[in-house]
Order: sequence, then structure tokens, then C-alpha cells
Amino acid sequence: MKDLKILAVVVFFTLVTYWGVEPFAHSQMHKHVEGHNFTYPDIKASGLKGDPAKGKAAIAACTSCHGIKSQGIKAPMDAMAASAAYGVNPPDLSNVGALFDTKYLIAFLQNPAHAAKAKKMAMPAGMAGTAQGAADIVAYLKSIAPKELSAKEAFVTACGRCHANRYGKWTQIGDVPKTKGNIKTGNDVELTKFKMNVAKYQDKLADYMGKLPPDLSIIARARSEHYLKTFVEDPQAVLPGTAMPRVGLTKEGFEKVDAYLESTGDPSKPLREKTGPWVLGYFVIFTLLAYGWYKSQWKGLGH
Amino acid sequence: MSDRRDFMGMALGGFAGLGALGALYAAKRTWDPLPSVKAGGFTTLDLSNVPENTLVVEKWRGKPVLIIKVPKNAKPNSAPNGNNENAYDDKRLVTVGGHKYMIVIGLCTHLGCIPDYFPEKNKFICPCHGGQFNAAGEVLKAPPPSPLVIPPFKITGTKVVLGEEGPEYKKLLAAGVVS
Amino acid sequence: MAHFDPNAKPFSHKWLNERLGVDTLKRVLSTEYWIPKNINFLWAMGMVLAATFGVLLISGIFLLMYYVPTTKEAFDSVNYTIMSQVGYGWLWRHVHAVAASVVFLIIYIHMLTGIYYGSYKRGRELIWISGMLLFVAFSAEAFSGYMLPWGQMSYWAGMVITNLFSLGSLNLNGLVEWIRGDYVPGQAFLGRFFMLHVVLIPLFIIGLIVLHFGTLRLPHVNNQDGEEFDFEAEAEKWKAGKRKESKVIPFNPVFLSKDVFVMGIYFIFFFYLVFYHFEFAMDPVNFDPANGLKTPPHIYPEWYFLWSYEILRPFSKNIGLIAFGFAQVIFFLLPFLDRSPNVAPANRRGIFKIWFWLLVIDMVGLTILGKLPPVGTWTIVGTVFADVFIALWIALPFVTKMEKPVGGK
Ligand code: HEM
Ligand code: FES
Repeated sequence: MKDLKILAVVVFFTLVTYWGVEPFAHSQMHKHVEGHNFTYPDIKASGLKGDPAKGKAAIAACTSCHGIKSQGIKAPMDAMAASAAYGVNPPDLSNVGALFDTKYLIAFLQNPAHAAKAKKMAMPAGMAGTAQGAADIVAYLKSIAPKELSAKEAFVTACGRCHANRYGKWTQIGDVPKTKGNIKTGNDVELTKFKMNVAKYQDKLADYMGKLPPDLSIIARARSEHYLKTFVEDPQAVLPGTAMPRVGLTKEGFEKVDAYLESTGDPSKPLREKTGPWVLGYFVIFTLLAYGWYKSQWKGLGH
Repeated sequence: MSDRRDFMGMALGGFAGLGALGALYAAKRTWDPLPSVKAGGFTTLDLSNVPENTLVVEKWRGKPVLIIKVPKNAKPNSAPNGNNENAYDDKRLVTVGGHKYMIVIGLCTHLGCIPDYFPEKNKFICPCHGGQFNAAGEVLKAPPPSPLVIPPFKITGTKVVLGEEGPEYKKLLAAGVVS
Repeated sequence: MAHFDPNAKPFSHKWLNERLGVDTLKRVLSTEYWIPKNINFLWAMGMVLAATFGVLLISGIFLLMYYVPTTKEAFDSVNYTIMSQVGYGWLWRHVHAVAASVVFLIIYIHMLTGIYYGSYKRGRELIWISGMLLFVAFSAEAFSGYMLPWGQMSYWAGMVITNLFSLGSLNLNGLVEWIRGDYVPGQAFLGRFFMLHVVLIPLFIIGLIVLHFGTLRLPHVNNQDGEEFDFEAEAEKWKAGKRKESKVIPFNPVFLSKDVFVMGIYFIFFFYLVFYHFEFAMDPVNFDPANGLKTPPHIYPEWYFLWSYEILRPFSKNIGLIAFGFAQVIFFLLPFLDRSPNVAPANRRGIFKIWFWLLVIDMVGLTILGKLPPVGTWTIVGTVFADVFIALWIALPFVTKMEKPVGGK
């Protein structure tokens, strides 16, 4: 009985300390941002109905910079040339319709920097002409969007031209190629060339953004899920002045991206969750046996 | 009562041993080669430009791989086991794109040194203890106990993938040439 | 020379006895190492600490197999190779990080237990002092280990803590650079802290643990009532089979059985943290790679250093350092600052009871304040708590001098 009372005192002080240095301290350090669950309330729905056929007819306005691989349209410039010209490589549009919010896309086509809440955007405003033109193009992009998109494809389209993910072997200009070095010299010219291109691209990108966007390999451990969610939804609300644009992901789109970030940032999670119950179960039984031993040893001690 | 005391102590001890086994399993897994090491277990070689009777060195799983495009007129070498046939006829050679090649792991089967190739004699001499092999990797002179080892391979056109077992390799396996 | 039986079979019991005195060893260290019966689970904390050190040692050894102590590769060797490539690497890492944090919780419980029951008094001074040396060694071990993943917290903690050695206005920048081997924490710094973490300090710790156990053997451990009795006489009673009458029990197996039971409960708690609640021990900020050109918006030490850090923070640079130095050494002096001869639980010692609980509350308060951003009211509250800490220690000799003797039970 006495032991239990003492335990209660110990647990009490431990919990107070824990509460103070963890939940309480963090609530004081970081302002809490309640997101809007990717509904983008500041963007008004236009109510316009887009016509994919018309959008398809007008798509040349986009393909002067963007490729649409799934439709066999190649980008006019490769990543290197594009970054030299614009600061960043314009995304391929194949998967855009599957990831981004319709309302957001329509607003973005009319005024990219405004919709993205960014100081500047390489993409000029008004490329789609009228609001109806924007709605048509978005309808077209939605119509060609693949039904199934892997987590990595989502990451590549939404984040991958600015952020590398070295644990996922991803650079801003694509996957790190599998190359073979020269056996006599140990040099790997192909890889060195690739790395040089990445470096050039990153330098341009840093000029364009003001700083190099960080590698996202283990951002899943460095920031809480809530932080990532609210930050991606509206970067300025969480980190005023940040260079990161609002990208306009849908909720499902974000979940895909988040799944990829977790797969590179916390890959042991599945095994951890599987192993946990076994180890805890083991120690519960261990403790029961130890209790039996303790009771048998202390029996008749008059204690 | 004392019996019960002992019994509980032993049961607990046994259960603790079980836990130690679990921890040992995790420790064993930690000692295993990394996935990247295992994935690196395949090497593709293009043999189309290999010159005749010249030693080509490649690397597979960190080990040197020796390749010789064996010339038709490779000298016969007399082996201690009485094998006096022309190396070109050796059943250990691998035919790729119409030519015969020796493809072996370049570590002497004695104690692991890399034997040197002497093209004019069509044979290998090991610098460490003087072991000799012919151009097909067969032992000519002890101490090496067995021929140079043929790694698992698969032939596709003029290319050879080391680390995979293709039909030609399986044939050698079946014939007992490799094991 | 001793007698060696020529007929004893090699490695037989007798053979070993003649050479190693195994029976004597067993008697002295375990079956006739007498422990008072009148104790509670707090007396198991020492063994829990020893077990946790074992866990740190084992998990550390496995981390060491793939850890690379260079500024270029340290971060990825931990966060990529160990966490995702090495079989169960993540388990060793989580176990190591959680154990490094939880070990301090147990150390603090162990220390406060000693203070509460007066276990540092006459005869037991060396137990206390060797324990404090262990505390210092563990602190150094934890700090050096924290450098190793080479994340943002590693770097900036390394920067800030080494700067303490400039000793305020003495401006001993040369000393700071000497400690770092560089102008800033860099390769030289990481290399030497790696050495300290995996070799030198662990060696010290092992030596200190042996010393700590040694200092315990003659005075024996204290008990819940601070009662003094004749261990020899009580041991004789036990040996005569009077298990009930004797006030003592042998360490092995009787005391041990309770220790192991407490350890079982502890390990349930411990592995719950390892699998489901490890964030407190693995700060998210340290998952950003070290960047010498950008200080994170909030930097703070691990929770177990917060109370002494908070004593440093509210004051100006020099006074803060003096206060910090004071906090570091003052616990060493406890056996000499407590002037009362009473060996009894704090609740029977009058004002000391208040002193003890104020100390606990003050340290918990300092710990929490140490993590809060130093702005507005928090600064004022922090100053008050720091002042109270210093005042408590200044008051201690006077409070205890006035203490009335309490009759032993
Ligand atoms: C005495 C108790 C010890 C304490 C308090 C301690 C503390 C720590 C801490 C706080 C870290 C950083 C944890 C993290 O962020 O992951 C760490 C890392 C590390 N420790 Fe220890 N440690 C102890 C013993 C040891 C021993 C004995 C070894 C090896 C012989 C060891 C090897 C390592 C290694 C290689 C790392 C780097 C890996 C990592 O950061 O996860 N530790 N230690
Ligand atoms: S290693 Fe080649 S002969 Fe000994």
C-alpha cells in the first residue's frame, strides 16, 4: 500500500514535468494554426462549368512551356534549359488534375502569384484568357488525370521540382540515375555530370526563390503532421514571409504527398508498429512471473 | 514452499532467456549485409569489345572478375591430373556472341590472392604461393585445390549479367562443372 | 601459499574455489550481502539504473557499427543508414535515445530518494559523492551523444555549451577554441566528442559504478525509517532460519526478486515509450541537418538539463554563469551542508520536510520554465524560481542546525 502511495507521488511529479516540457512548452513556442482542411475559403468558386474539349483546343497556351507526357506532348525545354530561363522547371501537366483543387487551379491560371500567395511567379498571369477559358483548361486537365497516382508521383508533381528527397533518391531534376563507374579510375563521369546539373539547377532555383528549398527526406520526423498539413495548405499563415508558394493540393492530394514523405522519413513505422505489441506483451508476462517470484521469496517474512 | 520459490525463479529465468533470444535475433539482423549491398550483387558486362587473349578485369560483389576471350590456338598446358587438352576446348568456357570466354572470380582458390595472367604462355601464375591455372581457370600446379570459381551468370546477346543464374550457368551446374 | 588440492578436477567447484574464491565472492557480493527488509520500491531504482546503463551499452554498440563520425556523413548514417537500412537499426536507435532520456528520470528519483531518507549522512557520504560523480559523468555522456547525429540541435547545443567555457567576462575564447579544436563546432569537435561518447566517458562510468557499489558495501543501504541496527546480529537471525524476526534479507535472491519485479514494470513503461511515445527523447529539430548559418527559432537543452539551464538564463552573463556553476556543484556538498545528525525520512524532520518539498517543486518549476521562451512573465517567474533555488541551499545549514533530534524508531 505504502509503495503505491509513493508511486502515485512519483508519477504525479513526473507527469507535471512532462506536461510542462512537452505539450505546454510547445503550445507556448509555436502559434497554433487551425487549417481549413484544404478548402481554400479565400478563393471564391467561380461557378463556371468548364468544357474539356474547349480546354484541349486551348492547351497550346500551356504547352509552350509545359509538357504533358501522358498525352505525348514533350516539354519544349529540358529541366536544365527551363531552369536557366525561368529559375525553375515548369511542371509536367499530366497529373496536375489528380492532385490540385479545381477552384484553386482556375484562380491560379488567372493570376498565379496571387493564388499561390507568392511574391513572384515565373508563370505569367492571364495565360488562359478569360475565367471561362481557365475553367475549360482545368476541366481538360481533370479529364486527362490518371485515376491512380502513386505517392511518389504525387510528391514529384507537387513538390519535386523545388525539393529534393535524397533518401528517396530524388533530385529536383529527376531520379538519381543508376550509373557504373570506370573500374580503372574509380570515376563515374555520368554521375558526376548528373550531379553537376543538379548543382546548376539548385543554384538557379536558390536565386529564384531566395534560398534553396530544403531536402524533404525526413521532414516527416522534423515537423509534426499537423504542421506540414497547415503549412502546405497555406504557407504564409504558418510561416509569414516564407518563399514557399501555396500549391493548392486537395486533401487527398496532400495525403498522397504525406504518405511519400512518411515512407522516406519514417520507414521503420510499419515494423515498429508490428513489433511493439510483442515486446510489450513479453514484458507484461515477464512482470507477472517476476511478481510470482517476488511473492514466493517474500512469503513468511512478516512484512 | 522452498520448491515454489525455486520454481518461480527458474520459470522467470527461462522466460528471460527467451527474451534474450529475441534480442539476439535483432542483433543477428543488424549484422546482416545491408539491402544496398545485396542489391549491388548484380553486374552487367558488355563483352562485344573484349580483345582476344587479353586479361580484362571487372568487379562483382567487390571481388575482381577475370575475363579472357580465349584464342582458338591457346597452348595446351599439361595439368598434374593429366589433362593435356587445349584450353580452348575446356568445358568451363562460356560462349557469348559466338566467342569463347573464361569468366571467373579472380581470387586464387588457395588463399585468395589475385593470379597474374601471362598471355604468351596462356596461363595464370599466382604471386603468393606459385599456384598455376590455364586460360580456362583449371589448376596446372598446386597449392590451389580447385579451379578458379565461375560466378553465376546469365547471357543476353553480347552481354553477361553476373549474379543471375541463366540457362547456360544451370547447364554447367547440372554437368557438375560448377557447384 | 594457499593449499591447492592436486586431485581437484580442472574447473570443478573446488578447483575454482581454491583459485578464485567463488564461494566467498558469492557470499560477500550476493547471498550474504544484507539489505534491510524495511524498504520500498524506491530502493530498486539503483538496479533499474544499472539495467538502463546495460541497455544503453548494448544499443550503443549496435549503433556504433554503422555510425560515421564525420560532419558530412553523421546525419545520414544515423537517419538513413541506421534508421532505414540496417536490420532493426531503428530499434537500437529508439531504445538508445529513450534510455538516454529516461535514465535521467530515474537518476532524479534516485537522488531525491536519497535526500528524502537522509541516505547521504554519516557513513554514507561517499555513496552520495560517487553518485554525484555518476550524475556528472552521465550528463557529459548524454551531451556528447547528443552531438553525434549532427542535426541542428546537436550543432547549436554544441555551440552554446562550449561557449560557457569562455567564463563570461574572462573571455577565455582560446579555451573555447581549444575545446572545439576549431573556431566553431566542426569535424575536430565531432571527432573528439565521438571519442568521449563511445570510449572515455563510458569507461569512467563503468569505473564509477564499481566505486558506487563499493561505497555501499560497508555502510549498507538505509531504510524507510532511518533505523540503525546491527547487521551482523540480524544476519545471524536470518541464517538461523528466523526469516520473520530478522530485520535483514540477503541481496540474492530475496531483495533481487523485488528488484526484478520493479524492473519488469519499468520495462513495460520503457518499451511503451520506445514504440509509441519517443518524440520527447528525439527532438524534431534535430532531424534538420546542422547548419552553421541558421539558428533554429527555439533552442533548448534536453529536459534533464533544463533546471540548471534556467538558473543560468534569467541573470546577466557573469552572474548567470556563477549561478549555473553553483547549481552544478552544490549537490555535492549536501552531506556537509546538512548539519543535523538525524537520519530519518524528511516528513519527520520538521522544517527540513518543507525544505525538501520546496526543492522538488522548485526544480520541477525550473525545468518547465527552462523550456518556455524567455519572454514577459516567464522571465520574472524564472528569476523567482532561480532565486528560490539559491536561497534554499543557503538556508540549508541553518535549517538543519536548528533541527531537533528525532528519536530513531
Ligand atoms: C552511459 C549512458 C549513455 C547515455 C546517457 C547516452 C546518450 C546518448 C544520446 C543522448 C544520444 C543521442 C541520441 C539520438 O539523438 O539518437 C546518443 C547517441 C549515440 N550513442 Fe550513446 N549514450 C550512452 C552510452 C553509449 C555507449 C556506451 C555507446 C557505445 C559504446 C554509445 C553509442 C552511441 C552512438 C554511436 C550514438 C549515435 C547514434 C545516434 O545518435 O542515434 N552510447 N547517446
Ligand atoms: S593464394 Fe594463390 S597460390 Fe596461395
